[in-house]
Amino acid sequence: MRPERRLQRFAMMRDLVLTAAGNFGDSRIGMARRGEVRRHMGRRVLLIEDEPHIAEAIRFLLARDGWSVASHGEGTGAMEAIRRETPDVLVLDMILPGRSGYEILGDLRADPALAGLPVLVLSARGQAEDRAAATEAGASRFMAKPFVNSEIVATLRQMAGG
Amino acid sequence: MVPFNILVAVCLVYVCLLFLVAFVAERRAERGKAGFLRSPLVYTLSLSIYCTAWTFYGAVGYAARSGLEFLTIYLGPTLVLVGWWLLLRKLVRIGQSQRVTSIADLISSRYGKSNLLGVIVTVICVVAATPYIALQLQSVTLSFGVFASGTPEGWALPNQSATALWVAAGLALFTILFGTRNLDANERHHGVVMAIALEAVVKLVALLAVGIFVVWGVAGGWTDVAARIDASPIGDWPLVPGRWIGLTLVSAAAIVTLPRMFQVMVVENSDERHLATASWAFPLYLMLMSLFVVPIAVVGLSVLPEGANPDLFVLTLPLAEGQGKLAMLAFLGGFSSATSMVIVAAIALATMVSNHVVAPLWLSLRAGGAKAPGDVRGLILMSRRVSIAAILALGYIYYSLSGGSAALAAIGLIAFVGVAQILPAMLGGLFWRGATRIGAALGLATGFLVWLYTLYLPSFGAGGLLSTAILAEGPWGIGWLRPQALFGAYGLDPLMHAVFWSLALNTFAFVAGSLVTFPSPVERMQGLAFVNAFDHDPGAHGWSRGGAEAEDLLTMAQGILGAEEAQEFFRTCAEAQGKAGFLPDTTPDFIDRLERRLSGAVGAATAHAMVAQFAEGAAVSAQDLLAVASEAQQILEYSTQLEAKSEELERTARQLREANDKLKDLSVQKDAFLSQISHELRTPMTSIRAFSEILKDPELPDEMQKQYAGVIHDETIRLTRLLDDLLDLSVLENRKVKLDVKVANLHDLISKAVRSASNTRPERSFVIHRDQPAEHIPVITDTDRLVQVFINLVSNARKYCDAERPELTINARRRGNRIIVDFIDNGSGIPKASQRLIFEKFARLTDTARAGGAGLGLAICREIMANLGGTIAYLPGQGGAAFRVSLPAKPEIRAQEAA
Repeated sequence: MRPERRLQRFAMMRDLVLTAAGNFGDSRIGMARRGEVRRHMGRRVLLIEDEPHIAEAIRFLLARDGWSVASHGEGTGAMEAIRRETPDVLVLDMILPGRSGYEILGDLRADPALAGLPVLVLSARGQAEDRAAATEAGASRFMAKPFVNSEIVATLRQMAGG
Repeated sequence: MVPFNILVAVCLVYVCLLFLVAFVAERRAERGKAGFLRSPLVYTLSLSIYCTAWTFYGAVGYAARSGLEFLTIYLGPTLVLVGWWLLLRKLVRIGQSQRVTSIADLISSRYGKSNLLGVIVTVICVVAATPYIALQLQSVTLSFGVFASGTPEGWALPNQSATALWVAAGLALFTILFGTRNLDANERHHGVVMAIALEAVVKLVALLAVGIFVVWGVAGGWTDVAARIDASPIGDWPLVPGRWIGLTLVSAAAIVTLPRMFQVMVVENSDERHLATASWAFPLYLMLMSLFVVPIAVVGLSVLPEGANPDLFVLTLPLAEGQGKLAMLAFLGGFSSATSMVIVAAIALATMVSNHVVAPLWLSLRAGGAKAPGDVRGLILMSRRVSIAAILALGYIYYSLSGGSAALAAIGLIAFVGVAQILPAMLGGLFWRGATRIGAALGLATGFLVWLYTLYLPSFGAGGLLSTAILAEGPWGIGWLRPQALFGAYGLDPLMHAVFWSLALNTFAFVAGSLVTFPSPVERMQGLAFVNAFDHDPGAHGWSRGGAEAEDLLTMAQGILGAEEAQEFFRTCAEAQGKAGFLPDTTPDFIDRLERRLSGAVGAATAHAMVAQFAEGAAVSAQDLLAVASEAQQILEYSTQLEAKSEELERTARQLREANDKLKDLSVQKDAFLSQISHELRTPMTSIRAFSEILKDPELPDEMQKQYAGVIHDETIRLTRLLDDLLDLSVLENRKVKLDVKVANLHDLISKAVRSASNTRPERSFVIHRDQPAEHIPVITDTDRLVQVFINLVSNARKYCDAERPELTINARRRGNRIIVDFIDNGSGIPKASQRLIFEKFARLTDTARAGGAGLGLAICREIMANLGGTIAYLPGQGGAAFRVSLPAKPEIRAQEAA
């Protein structure tokens, strides 16, 4: 086979795969794109995550979904960031420099103004006891890293009420 | 005849030889090859500084003037040494256990670490030693004169005073160069001791050679000499029992109380058993030294012209017989006797002056006291150097004032009686628990004043420092206060008069003072430790609670002992407590050990005062007081035994507890480790997964595609590095690593590491201080691995040093058979709580974004060093973060493999 032909074939295959994914695998994203974007316009989310790359990925996903995204990169000052940003949903990493996610959760639940804030705990420790500990500490939902992009978006939508 | 210039040249060559011997000995001792330096023979020979120029030249003069009486000067020391287990053994034992630096320190330490006593004894010793040093200068100058004039009759050296000045200056220089290299007196002056041992041999050989020449060369053998003795007045000299007993007593006292004798006998002693050898070898040496004294005196009197100075027969006899070379040897013998005495005496006195006068003054003058960090060490070394020069200057002034006229023996005896004033306080301190500080001070002061008045001041001659009127009729015409006939004691020989009154009044004041006063608790405890030196180890009774911060104590100790000494001491103590690193628990026991260690450098009183500024409730606890109150010996012994047992139990319990904790920790650690790894792996995977899904979006703009592909690429590298590190660590931990051992220059390795680490935070200016010439040390090790450790330390400093102008100092040196490299930055260091954690896996102290590693770096370093047979440790108390890498100079790699 000549090189040009091989490239052509490769391009065809790639398109096929991409279309399939668009139609089936990532159907909810497809739906969002078509009709539901408006409903989430202006929903505010705050990311507390120390890994800059992970924070960037989530920010990209949510921004594409129409969220307004703020982020904070460490445990110290997290409470202040929450009070400042008044998010509708909070995404919280558990292992943070300065203060741990558990401590932040404790403070949140102790503060009457913030006790009802939905919190998605995102943890690199995905074992059953980690999940239990997070729920115990007051997490609304728990998600282990690595996550599926569509799942995190869908979960947050659900948590934000809709 | 020997030309004067050649004589000077010979002297210089001889001094250079001594210098060389001292230097080589010092070097060997530094390298831990002190084997023969610590032999009992060298110890015995070093004791021979008892035989000064006075003994060398003066004994013959003494014999010529007073017959056999000169033997008393040898008799006293012989008695003391033969009965060594009575007194000397105890002195040496206490000297070692209390790290005594001088006789002043001994007295001060015994009486509650009182600095007042230290000062009094220092003053006595300096005053008494001054004429003695003058005597040595005089004898060297006189003997120069003999050669200069070329004829035995005239001693007129053109410029005698200048000669003495040169000699004094030369001796000061030599003493400073070799006596003040180490601060800690307990470190011992190996070089000096070795030089003195050599001088001891030279003077013995010289005197024997002259003696043999005189008996068989000048006279006709023993029978002829015996006949001459019968014929000379020496044979008829009357034996005065009072003088004999008095002189023997004084010289017996002198051998333990002369500062220089105390220095060689107690401070420089490295092994108590050497005393057993010295107990027969030193009397033998003295006997050999005295063997030919009478023959030389008798033959000199009969052969040399009337009026020849008998103090110089040893020189003038060979010269008169035309034996230039023999005279030269005799001259060297005399020179040796004088120089060795002056050197050791100056060292001993300078130690006293700096520890009991300068250091306390400094301590009280400084605003922050010992707590303000500073270079105490430099100050004390400098004060010792200045003291040495000052002491020799005093000797020279005395020599100039006294005109160098008095007979040698007379001056020597004045000094003997002076230092004998310390004897009552010393013996009382060693054998009588009731002796108190005030009693000792009263006794010492009384004895000293009486001695000054009855012997020292009159020694300058009538019309000297005391007017003729006072000498003849007493001050203000009060007859019973006449210096040489106190309380109407007429007709006594002036020397015996002074010995009797000074010692009698001294002892009376001491005993009376002790009986009417009560000792303080510290005094009681020290008294107990001294009197019962053999029964129990002086335990930690001085300090109640710790309360002191180990790090503060380390900072202070570094200022006194020097950084390396102090760190090593702290490390050893921590190790003994079963702790790693450099900070032991500040238990009373540790603080007591530290105080004694510091005593070795600055004396007991100063060390006590310095430690007291850190340890709270520096005084004495109720327990200690109870221990003192229940002084019944049995109870004490029993409790000491119990204490030892309970200590041992405690240690075992601690070890068990630690082993148990370790086992528990291991299982917890395994889980934690897995969870940690999962976290470290999941983090980059999360980014990779999220971005690879995002990249599938065909609508993604080109530049974002590029950026996100870059993120995936970086995170994959991070994953790979993490896996590499983990595998590396596992191999290292199992000691299965294959080492590639090569010979290299440490300097090259450090340079390589500094270069490789330069791409860590390259945007920041970062200064590295190195002492490049000192780094040229050959190393035999796995060089790549060692460089890996260095890179890690340098790039950690570059990453974490939070100073405005970050700097890193790299210090490399060889100590014994170890190579030590320190990395010290100027940041805020690592908090104490974290110091123990940093070598653990994943123990990253700051956020990942800045560190960019998995937190395995120092764990890997630790394992590498263990594989190389070395260590890496955090070095507290250096200002910034400091790490010490230590590895064997010769590979003993895999030493731990068997374990």
